[in-house]
Amino acid sequence: MSDMITAKHSAAQFRALFDPRGVVVAGASTHPGKFGFVSLHNILASGYNGKVFGTNRDGSEVLGVQCVPSVDDLPAGEIDLVFVCTPASANPDLLRSCAAKGITAAFITSAGYGEAGDEGRIAQEELVALADDLGILLAGPNGQGVVSTPAGLCAQIVAPNPPAGSIGVASQSGNFVSSFLNWSRQTGVGISRAVSAGNAAAVNVPDFLSFYAQDDETKVGLAYVEGIEDGRGFYEAVKAVAEHKPLVVVKGGATAGGARAAASHTGSLASDDRVFDGAMRQAGVVRAATVEEAFEAAATFATQPIPSGNRVVVMTTAGGWGVVTADAIHASDLELVTLPEDLLAEIDTKLPPRWSRNNPVDLAGGETRDTIPEVMEMIARHESVDAIVYLGLGIQSNQARMMREGAYYPDHGLERIVEYHERQDRRFAEAAAEISARTGKPILTATELGTADPDNAGPAAVRDSGRLCYGSANRAVTALGHLWRYAKFRQDRAG
Amino acid sequence: MSRTLSEAESKALLAPHGVPFPAEHIVGDAEAAVAAAEALGSPVVAKLNGDAIAHKTERGLVRLNLASAETVRSAASDLLAAARPEDGDVSVLVAPMIASNREFICGVSTDPQFGPTVLLGVGGILAEAIADVSIRLAPISEHDAHDMIDDLQTQDLLGAFRGEAAVDRAGLVTLLMALSDTVAAVPEIQSIDLNPVLIHNGSPVAVDALVEVA
Repeated sequence: MSDMITAKHSAAQFRALFDPRGVVVAGASTHPGKFGFVSLHNILASGYNGKVFGTNRDGSEVLGVQCVPSVDDLPAGEIDLVFVCTPASANPDLLRSCAAKGITAAFITSAGYGEAGDEGRIAQEELVALADDLGILLAGPNGQGVVSTPAGLCAQIVAPNPPAGSIGVASQSGNFVSSFLNWSRQTGVGISRAVSAGNAAAVNVPDFLSFYAQDDETKVGLAYVEGIEDGRGFYEAVKAVAEHKPLVVVKGGATAGGARAAASHTGSLASDDRVFDGAMRQAGVVRAATVEEAFEAAATFATQPIPSGNRVVVMTTAGGWGVVTADAIHASDLELVTLPEDLLAEIDTKLPPRWSRNNPVDLAGGETRDTIPEVMEMIARHESVDAIVYLGLGIQSNQARMMREGAYYPDHGLERIVEYHERQDRRFAEAAAEISARTGKPILTATELGTADPDNAGPAAVRDSGRLCYGSANRAVTALGHLWRYAKFRQDRAG
Repeated sequence: MSRTLSEAESKALLAPHGVPFPAEHIVGDAEAAVAAAEALGSPVVAKLNGDAIAHKTERGLVRLNLASAETVRSAASDLLAAARPEDGDVSVLVAPMIASNREFICGVSTDPQFGPTVLLGVGGILAEAIADVSIRLAPISEHDAHDMIDDLQTQDLLGAFRGEAAVDRAGLVTLLMALSDTVAAVPEIQSIDLNPVLIHNGSPVAVDALVEVA
């Protein structure tokens, strides 16, 4: 197999960007408000596991790094990535010096290129041509940075540094990289790589995704795009990515469509967004309606098994939640499966007769110490069930919190019951993850406590298990729907 | 600058690729129209046919449900008399009147970013307001064609409907594949309208066609 990821760029060049042996910040500043300071700070503070260098005009020390006036003064063969915070005019000479030291990737934060009128566009074209001649992969310009958790690398002019994981982010907007990384921090579902494409002068979002498709650290791609110019090229690239692994795309804005032929009814129905939507479905790409839906879909692909069918059981400790979840399932491509007789009979052995005997499985308060893990196990193991949505986690710990914060704690037996409640919710969350992993079926836990009180023992244990605690059943159903649609697309085409 | 083909030319281009059309006759005068109606069996529909005629319904150039020789004769005469100089050479197209409660729209259009696309939608006079459509980039696979049908919101229209049989999905797949094949074979095509595609005994039949070429 060829080492080329795109027509112009090799896997080795992408590895130089994401797994560099050493990094040099060009334009390292002593002023903590400047990009040249912030980026060096973030690289050092995130515990990057390679060597860090810096350049600035007067060779002053920044954050303990003794900078030198020029890359020419640095050792050869120890640095793979240059993080560029110098003015645009300085960059051609900088790239030449970098190439002489064996540097094969550059992330350019500098502005004054394609976004800055005709002069900037020319400068950008010249920089791309120079980088091509020098064998340097050029990311940006006008980008916010690159994150790679396997390398401990957070080379960004913005925060945050996300936890490690398997979501690979590529965005046409740097701010949405930050949004995705902030959600990663909040939910604990981690990131493998993240990059802001900036002006995407030489490497665009689908190019980065093409690398993620080949990247063992990345299990799912997550992309924000807008203003696609080469629709066919985009389609071909993302289709090839989706053949390797799930890819979630969220798109902002309308494509720059020209006037359409009035002679055709078909043409008047084929709006930009409908064409894009159809193209993504045809490519097997998951298209999310919103940025948060995109993150949750990607987090679900990253942490749940892919379902082999669409038959869902809702398991709940209270009626109302199950009803709205059933509504959401009815409105989706998923099926609220009718419980088969043998499963009903099996659950009967664990619950008092008042349980729902129907899907949603409403435990109706009939549970004892081990009921939830036991019933969940019965459902998950049954051959006519493909996935479970589990509701009601954290109720006990919610009461425990009120008891702990009240005036009567820890007397009156409250200390003991609080501990019991929290232990139970932790067990349930751990059981959901363990049973799911063992049976190879998705089990999605949804409760508003995941956002309303993330420290609740239930949601906290979901997070510790590496999984996403969905803020509502509707969000869990939406995410599961994306998983199923992807699974079905692959199944149909594998047949 | 693009130009449109006549209905007859459009159908002649599409039929060999597998787009299903009803049997029809192209005639030059009213008496030939009557003979065509007799050969097809009544009732029939008569339409004015010509290269530059794109919006027949809007101009009143479609006469439906003609059940007698007399109505066919007068409809054909009226249509020929309604031709304008800018319509160029015209003829009358006589086709069987197909009874159907369900209309779809199928076609091809060229997107400035994504190139040729294939479209399936719910048809009828409310088509553009309802906009229940599904689009894929040409060429499409049979999987894509099946997905397009599944993507329609109004799935009830595809089942048994008001005493009519369920839509033959394989037939609809064949039709969509035929559009994809046509545009692959004739890259000059800018757009194709099959509007309406009627469901007759469960099978899709395109009763009108308009091809636009570069």
